[in-house]
Amino acid sequence: MNEAAAGAEDRPERGHIAKAAALVPGLAHLLEGRRRAGLSLLALALVTLAVLVFAIDRVAATFTTGRVDYWVALVTLIGAAAVAWGVGFREALGGPRARAKGVSQWAIAWREFSRNRVAVLGLYLMLTLYLATLLAPYLTPYEPNTIGDMATTRHLSPSLAHLMGTDKFGRDVFTRVLYGARISLSIGLIAVSISVTLGTVVGAASGYFGRVVDTVLMRFVDMFISFPRLVLLITVIALFEPSIFTVIVVLGLTLWPSTARIVRGEVLSLREREFVEAARALGLSGARIICRHIIPNVLGPVIVAATLGLGNIILVEAGLSFLGLSVQPPTPSWGNIIEGGREYLVQAWWVSTFPGLAIVVTVVAFNLIGDGLRDALDPRQRM
Amino acid sequence: MGAPLLRVEDLRAYFHTADGVVRAVDGVSFSLEPGETLGIVGESGCGKTVACLSILRLLDPPGRIEPGSRIMLRDRELTAASEEEMRSVRGNEISMIFQEPMTSLNPVWTIGDQIAETLRRHRRARPAEARRRAAEMLRLMGIGFPEQRLDEYPHQFSGGMRQRAMLAMALACDPSVLIADEPTTALDVTIQAEILDLLAGLQERLGMGLVFVSHDLGVIAQIADRVIVMYAGQVVESGTADEIFRRPRHPYSEGLLRATPRVGRKMQQLSVIPGSVASPKLWPSGCRFHPRCPYAWDRCREELPVLRGEARAVRCWLEEEPARRTGGWDGAALAEDR
Repeated sequence: MNEAAAGAEDRPERGHIAKAAALVPGLAHLLEGRRRAGLSLLALALVTLAVLVFAIDRVAATFTTGRVDYWVALVTLIGAAAVAWGVGFREALGGPRARAKGVSQWAIAWREFSRNRVAVLGLYLMLTLYLATLLAPYLTPYEPNTIGDMATTRHLSPSLAHLMGTDKFGRDVFTRVLYGARISLSIGLIAVSISVTLGTVVGAASGYFGRVVDTVLMRFVDMFISFPRLVLLITVIALFEPSIFTVIVVLGLTLWPSTARIVRGEVLSLREREFVEAARALGLSGARIICRHIIPNVLGPVIVAATLGLGNIILVEAGLSFLGLSVQPPTPSWGNIIEGGREYLVQAWWVSTFPGLAIVVTVVAFNLIGDGLRDALDPRQRM
Repeated sequence: MGAPLLRVEDLRAYFHTADGVVRAVDGVSFSLEPGETLGIVGESGCGKTVACLSILRLLDPPGRIEPGSRIMLRDRELTAASEEEMRSVRGNEISMIFQEPMTSLNPVWTIGDQIAETLRRHRRARPAEARRRAAEMLRLMGIGFPEQRLDEYPHQFSGGMRQRAMLAMALACDPSVLIADEPTTALDVTIQAEILDLLAGLQERLGMGLVFVSHDLGVIAQIADRVIVMYAGQVVESGTADEIFRRPRHPYSEGLLRATPRVGRKMQQLSVIPGSVASPKLWPSGCRFHPRCPYAWDRCREELPVLRGEARAVRCWLEEEPARRTGGWDGAALAEDR
């Protein structure tokens, strides 16, 4: 409390205009010349306002339908508003500015990352995508799976009513792409989480303990890597029911070996670093050294691998659902929407084109972020 | 007086590799009293670091301490202790600091976190308490504004500061023995002097036993009470610092001293000990120093001399046949030049 008071005293007295600026998120940032932060907050605030103004009936429907995705959207909306106004308020009314703390590796990396315009563009694309996905029920008046009036709404070309046109069942393509994004992005996220966790644990154990543990684990990894992923996927999916769950598990289980290798390599070099020896000399246990000293140091390369892996997994999932091996229609996923439009590519190009674009944008965004992170987390800058 | 603080007896640490046994430390004995500084000198590769790591049982396979070696901390036998017990000895009763302050700290945690970690591990200290103690340690190490510096990261510290932070970590739990493995080698001379002063002061205040390893005789002369000189995994000479530096008796100690530049004495030529430490896989027969020794005769090639004496001990046949001490280093150095 005292600290906050002291922080406030340090700052110059603010005029009434500056205080009034608190009501408009981002304005305070803009007044201080921090354009990027200001515009981002402003945009976030405008989105929440726009949803409240134009889709208030759908927001209200949350309470009557009681569907989970509506509730998720509501929580996202409230969260977005809280961030926009919260950060704006703090900036305008002057809380304590960053305390005189040390500059961590992460702070340095973030500074480096935010200087990389292309990477930041990727980050914005990704955030927009996730926000849109979470807010999906509020952003479109249509239902993704409800078949329209075949006579009047089949294959309508893009218009204001149907931004991306309609498909052969008269369903709004924009709605389906939005809902499809949910599937694609969450499959990607969950599969990557599985593979990163597994890969980090296996790689760290392998690299740290070395010898027999290393040999056994790495031969296991070799085995996994040498197995063609697509064949494995098709086999497993043929054995089980093609469902979101199966796809997530299989993708997660096929991607971890590469993470394990990256982590192992890093750990091998970290293990020889003197701080690990020093930690042992201070009486820390192996598990503690791995968790406290090794893993935080391999997080950089792991995050890069995860981001790039996310783009890759989304691509693979799209391919699988195009082949009908993943999410089954009518549940939309980018891959199966494209597949659905394939027969009518000449008459209704929009059905396949827009989900295709969505895939391109997403994968490019993740790759841009990944490249930016790789530069920012470059181990050469450490120490 | 009872048992010494730390007693190492016939320590042998061998590396069992695929192509032979590397006898890195081969029968080293010494003891350390509270408040005493023992200097260990020797060239690179003579087994100093391995000996230090062995005391804390930190050797990685294929290295291992051979049966028959004894390491006693007061009256506890460390060679027989379980890994669990060893962990509570490390950093708590015996601490160790290393040569490279630049890489001995973890770049992702603040200095404060790292000092506190030791306290939390051994003292079960609560976070706030550990932080207070960490600040106190930094102040003790002569670091200004300790409260603020606790929140800084290693990359914000200079080399000398990092070595101080390392010391703070090592000493946070009041260990009774500190092993310093070339702690000043990587620092420049002025910082080196500061750290040495700091160490000497701390030792006086905390009364710990200090094992100070260095290849730098000047540094050892400044800080050590007693010195052991190691060559090829063995102790070749031991005695008080004064004895070793004033009247070295082993040809190797003699050679080392002659190879050290001194301020105030103009030297035409800095002498060298010809050759280098032999491979520990295949120590020379007889006296391990004989291939490089200016006095060596037949007996040296065949029989390994024993370490004669108690506090002042020398491992050399010259002790039995002092008449053979003729010619010596001047001749050897000249021979090398030609």
